[in-house]
Amino acid sequence: MFRAALTIAKKDIYSELRTKQVLGTMIIFAGLVILVLSFAFDPANNTTKAVIPGAVWIIIVFSGILGLNRSLVSEQRNDTMHGLLVAPMEASSIYLGKFMANFSMILIVEIVAVPFLFLLFDFKVNGSILYFILVLFVGSFGFIAIGTFLAALASNSKSSEMLLPLLLFPMTSPVLIGVTQATKIILTNMEKLPSAIAWLQLVAAYDVIFFVLCFLLIEYVLEV
Amino acid sequence: MSMNLEREKASFEVADWAPIKISLLTKILYGGMVVTMLAAFYFIFLYAEIEKTMGAVQKIFYMHVPSAWVAFLAFFVTFVFSILFLIKRKRIYDTYAYVSAEIGVVFTIIVLTTGPIWAKSSWNTWWAWEPRLTTTLILFFLFVAYLMVRQMDGVWDKKARLAAVFGIIGFADVPIVFFAIRWWQSKFHPIVFGDGPSQQGGGIAPSMLVALLVTITAFTFLYAYLLHKGVSFENMKLKVDQYKEKLRERLEN
Repeated sequence: MFRAALTIAKKDIYSELRTKQVLGTMIIFAGLVILVLSFAFDPANNTTKAVIPGAVWIIIVFSGILGLNRSLVSEQRNDTMHGLLVAPMEASSIYLGKFMANFSMILIVEIVAVPFLFLLFDFKVNGSILYFILVLFVGSFGFIAIGTFLAALASNSKSSEMLLPLLLFPMTSPVLIGVTQATKIILTNMEKLPSAIAWLQLVAAYDVIFFVLCFLLIEYVLEV
Repeated sequence: MSMNLEREKASFEVADWAPIKISLLTKILYGGMVVTMLAAFYFIFLYAEIEKTMGAVQKIFYMHVPSAWVAFLAFFVTFVFSILFLIKRKRIYDTYAYVSAEIGVVFTIIVLTTGPIWAKSSWNTWWAWEPRLTTTLILFFLFVAYLMVRQMDGVWDKKARLAAVFGIIGFADVPIVFFAIRWWQSKFHPIVFGDGPSQQGGGIAPSMLVALLVTITAFTFLYAYLLHKGVSFENMKLKVDQYKEKLRERLEN
């Protein structure tokens, strides 16, 4: 199952590297979100520093949703979804493969966009970079895990790009609350590290529960 | 043209028109609802004492809490019937899940309107980002999304399947949302039942408790009645669709 998933992930990433369509769009969109944030919150103002930890997640969520939508809708155009479904593998390996492809793409976007955000807003990190990377990892994991699942669900609709945010945002709200709180603590106030770790545990628990749940339920979503 | 009309007439005669019987269950639910609702009005406005600090405004409590209870109950029912549907694949389970979610959304709207009215007078603010409020809001969004999944284009069993999946993960999400927000911030809602973390929960007068229990019973009857009615409406819709289909076939042949 894992090998089949790896094959699908590889296929997705190869085709993405050929076209560079989605990744390019996501990164440019992330840049545009940073631009809009600079209009909304004056970068010269010191109080702006307080919103930067949250802004990291605004960027990830909005650019993530672009990629998530694409990853399953693109299988619909030539009806390649049916091809995947009749292939000798389980539905859960399709999910796993899609998840891995999306996860690696969002990680690339984060690697590019987050340093840019800090650079453009002249944000000095007072905390631990390592913990920050851990938070990014755990948070994106949960967001993409449930996002891939809901994208598969929404892709059955003709207006999936409208439906997906409506499904995804309320569903991921615990992740978003958890990671924004943890990011805020880690980037600005390292003394409260224990509570940041508690938040991380909550998000990790969410990740585990929903990853398993999505794994079990995906075969109902991908039924023909 | 005239031939078609004739055929239409003929097919009407063929379709059996059993007189619509009002079942015993409907009668019981309707009767129970009316009786408990009237009792609830008596208990709210005459029996329960007036709260000392908030005054008569506190009466909205008897609308607010039972509505919240019904909303959560409705979503729980949706969850249960979603699981049943995925296992048994019977249309009736799907109908129950759908109607229950619709009722749940309506009662969540009631909670979200009575809440701010009460909050304005007792907390002096319309809204606070407090665990139960935020959870209810997110619950509302989740089940509006559930109804959006139902509005998708396609055949019914696909929609029912996807909606059932969404109903399950949506309901699984709610406790996590609640705990996340509870950690995030907790200030406003008094803990009415049981011991609060500060050991000084608001508490409730016995007469108020009786009134609350009566209203909760009344609202549960209302929910059961609405669910029953809604499901029979959906079934009638299906029947009409089937008749239409039959009629079309007749007209074509």
